[in-house]
Amino acid sequence: MNKLFLAALISGALALPTYAADYTIMAPAAPGGGWDQTARSMQEALQAEGISGNVQVTNVPGAGGTIGLAQFVNQSTGNPNALIVGGYVMVGAVLTNASPVSLANVTPIARLTGESDVIVVPAASELQTVDDLTAKLKADPGSVSWAGGSAGGVDHIAAGLFAKTVGVDPTLVNYIAFSGGGEALAAVLGGQVTVGISGLGEFDAQIKSGDLRALATTGSARLEGSDIPTLGEAGVDLVVENWRMVAAAPGITDEQKTAITADVEKLVTSATWKQTLETKGWQDMYLSGADFDTQLAADIDATSAILKDIGLVQ
Amino acid sequence: MDTFGLLADGLLAALQVHNLLYALIGVTLGTAVGVLPGIGPALTVALLLPVTYRLDATGSLIMFAGIYYGGMYGGSTTSILLNTPGESASIVTALEGNKMARKGRGGPALATAAIGSFIAGLIATIALAFLAPWVVKAALAFGPADYFALMVLAFVTVSAAFGDSALRGITALFIGLGLGVIGIDLQTGQARLAFGIPDLLDGIEVTTLAVALFAIGETLSIASSRSQIKEEVLAVKGSVWMTLEDWKRSWPAWLRGTVIGFPIGAMPAGGAEIGTFFSYAAEKRLSKHPEEFGHGAIEGVAGPEAANNASAAGTLVPLLTLGLPTSATAAIMLAGFQQFGLQPGPLLFANNAPLVWSLVASLLIANFMLLVLNLPLIGLWVKLLTIPKHWLYAGILTFATLGTLGANGALSGRLGPIPFSFELLILLAFGLLGYGLRRFGYPIAPVVIGLILGPLAEQQLRRALAISQGDPLVLVHSPIAITLYVIAAIALLLPIFLRMRGKGEVLGQLAANED
Repeated sequence: MNKLFLAALISGALALPTYAADYTIMAPAAPGGGWDQTARSMQEALQAEGISGNVQVTNVPGAGGTIGLAQFVNQSTGNPNALIVGGYVMVGAVLTNASPVSLANVTPIARLTGESDVIVVPAASELQTVDDLTAKLKADPGSVSWAGGSAGGVDHIAAGLFAKTVGVDPTLVNYIAFSGGGEALAAVLGGQVTVGISGLGEFDAQIKSGDLRALATTGSARLEGSDIPTLGEAGVDLVVENWRMVAAAPGITDEQKTAITADVEKLVTSATWKQTLETKGWQDMYLSGADFDTQLAADIDATSAILKDIGLVQ
Repeated sequence: MDTFGLLADGLLAALQVHNLLYALIGVTLGTAVGVLPGIGPALTVALLLPVTYRLDATGSLIMFAGIYYGGMYGGSTTSILLNTPGESASIVTALEGNKMARKGRGGPALATAAIGSFIAGLIATIALAFLAPWVVKAALAFGPADYFALMVLAFVTVSAAFGDSALRGITALFIGLGLGVIGIDLQTGQARLAFGIPDLLDGIEVTTLAVALFAIGETLSIASSRSQIKEEVLAVKGSVWMTLEDWKRSWPAWLRGTVIGFPIGAMPAGGAEIGTFFSYAAEKRLSKHPEEFGHGAIEGVAGPEAANNASAAGTLVPLLTLGLPTSATAAIMLAGFQQFGLQPGPLLFANNAPLVWSLVASLLIANFMLLVLNLPLIGLWVKLLTIPKHWLYAGILTFATLGTLGANGALSGRLGPIPFSFELLILLAFGLLGYGLRRFGYPIAPVVIGLILGPLAEQQLRRALAISQGDPLVLVHSPIAITLYVIAAIALLLPIFLRMRGKGEVLGQLAANED
C-alpha cells in the first residue's frame, strides 16, 4: 500500500548498500512524541553509520506504551531483529493500567537518553524560589495547582514526590493533567495554574524568553551553562529523570543479546547520534548491561511506591 | 527589515524551480494520502521526514507545507464523493457534500471545497504572518472554564447537524458521548469501560468510528436495500463547474468559515473539527435556503471546508510562536524544524526571521499549487461515481479496511491460527451500528460529534473545577465564558422566539382573513 510505497521511496532516496543486521524498531506511541523521535533518530543514525542497512520504524500508540509493549511481546518473541523503545513513563503506565505485560517480559538493552523535569511559574507569579513554593504548598496543598502531562506519568510522579519530600501528604497534590506538555505550557503561560511541571524541552524557549520563571530542575546535576538550580541545590532532596531506553525481544539467546548490545553501543558512540542529542537537547544517559538492570529494578520499585502514595495504584 | 520585505524575500526563495518541485511533490503526496481513510498527514510527514534531512531547510519546509495542506484537502474529496471522511475534520463535509454528489452536483461540491480551501488558506496564512503574536495572546487567555463554555456553545449549535428530528439527533449524540467515556481517564489514569481489553484503553479512535459509521454502514445499507430502493446516483448533472448561483452562495460561506476556523485552530485546545461544526451550524442558521440542508446545500460544503483549512493554518500560530504543537502533524513538523536547529517559540520570529518567512511563503505556494492540481482533476474525480455500484462499494470497503489497518490496526493478537486486528473488529461493529442507525432513521454525524466533543468538555470541566478546588462559580468567572454562554443562549432561544413570533403573525393573518 501507500506505506510500502513510501517506505520504498525513502529507502530509494537513501540509496544505501546492504549491511548485516536489519532492525525493526517499535515506537509504542503516535508519530511525533518522544519515543517516536527516539526511534526515528536511532533509525537515522543506525543507517547513516552503516551499523544496519535497513531499519524500519513502526508506531503502535496507546496507553502509555503498554499496548505496543503487549504487542511486541506477543509477536516478536525470539526475534533478534526486533527492538522497542520505551522509558520511565512506561514503568508508571504498566502499574496504573495493571498491564498484563511489563518490562520484565522484554530484554532491556540500554538506557539511552534522559531529560529532567523543570518546575516553572509564570513570570508574574509571586513565587520566586522553591522555598516560596514549599511554603505555599505546606500552608494549603490544594491551592497549588500543578499542570503537567497525563496522570501517573513522570510529571505527576515528580509532583507527588516533591510534596512527599517536603512533608506534605502526596494525595493532597492538586495535579491537573493535560494531554502532552504543550497544553500544559499554554495553561501555565495563560496563568490558569500555579506551577507547571514537565520536561525541560517543553518549557525551555519560554524560560529563555522570560515568559516563564524556572524554579528548579529535577535532575541530578545542573545542565551545562544553565543558571537553573537543581532541587538538591534548592534544598529539596529529590531527583527525577525521565529516561528513554531500548529493549529487545524476549526469548533471544545470550549471543543475540550481546550482538544487539554491541550495535547499540556503536550507535551511542557515533557522531550522528551525538549530533542528534545536541539538536534535540537530549542528555546522554547511556547505561547498559548489569548496571542498567539494577537501575531499572530500583526505578520500578520507587515508582510503584510513589504511585501507591498518590493513590493511583492500590 | 519590514514584514513585507521579509515576505517578498521568502516568496522569491520559494519560487525557485526546485522549491516549486518540492511543493508539487508534497501536495501530490499529501492529497494522495489524505484520500485514504485513516492514513492522515501526520503519518505521511513522519515517513517523509528522513528524506528531507537531505534537503536544505527551505526545500523541506516547503514539502511539509504541501503535505500538510494536501492532506487536509484530500480528506474532503472522499467525503464528498464516497461519504467516507479521510480524517476527522472532513466529517461535516460529508453531510452536504455527499448529498450533492448523489444529485449529480459532485463537480460544484468539489470545486467549492477546493476554492474555499484556497481562499481560506490564503487569508489564514496571511493572518498567520501578520497577526500571530496577537492571536496567540488571545488564545492563551482561554482557561479550562472558557474552553468548557466553548464546548457548551458547540453542543448547542451542533443541533444543526441533527437532521429533522431533535429526539433522534440527541439519541445519536448520547451514543457518541457514551463512546467518548471509554478508555483511560486523563485526570486519574484509571480505565473506564475498557472491560480489561488493552486495545480499549486509549478509547475509540475518531477516524475509525467515522469511517465505520459512514462508509461501512452505508455499504451495508446499500447492499441490503438493493432490491427495494432503486436510488440512482447521478454522476454529472449539468455543468461540472460552479454556476453563478453557486458562487453567490459560496463566497460568504468561505469568508465566514475562515473567520470561524482560524482562531479556533490557533487555540491550544481547539482542534480542526470544532471549527467545522461551528461553521456548519452558522451556515444553516444564516442560509436563505435552510430547507436544502440535509439534502445537499452548497454552503454546507463551502463553509466547513474553508474552516478546516483556516484552522490548519491557525494550528501553526501556537506552533511557531510558542513551540506548542496542537496536532499530531504539528508535533512532527516541530521535530522537522529542530533538525535545522530552528527552535519554534517566542524567540523564533526574532532569531530565524528569514526561515519563518520562507515557511509562510511556502504555505502560500503550496496552497496555490493545491488549487492548480485539483481543479482540473475534478472532472476525473466525479467519473468515480460512474463506476457501477457494486464495484464502487467493494472499493470503498477495501479502502476503509486498509486505511484502518494502516493507521492503527496493526495486528493485535491471534485467534487460534488466524491473526486478527482489534481495530478491524471495532470497525465492523460500528459499521453494523451505522447500518442500524440508517435503517431506523437516526442521523450519523451526532455520534461522531459526541465522541469528539464529549471528552473535551469533560476534561475541561474537571480541570476548571480542580483548579478552583470545587467552586462551581469558576465556570462563570471570566468575561470570555460569560460571552460564550450568552451566545449559546441566543442560539438556543432565538429560533424559538422567532417561531413564536412567526406563529403570531400567522395567527394575526388568520384573524384578519376572518373579517
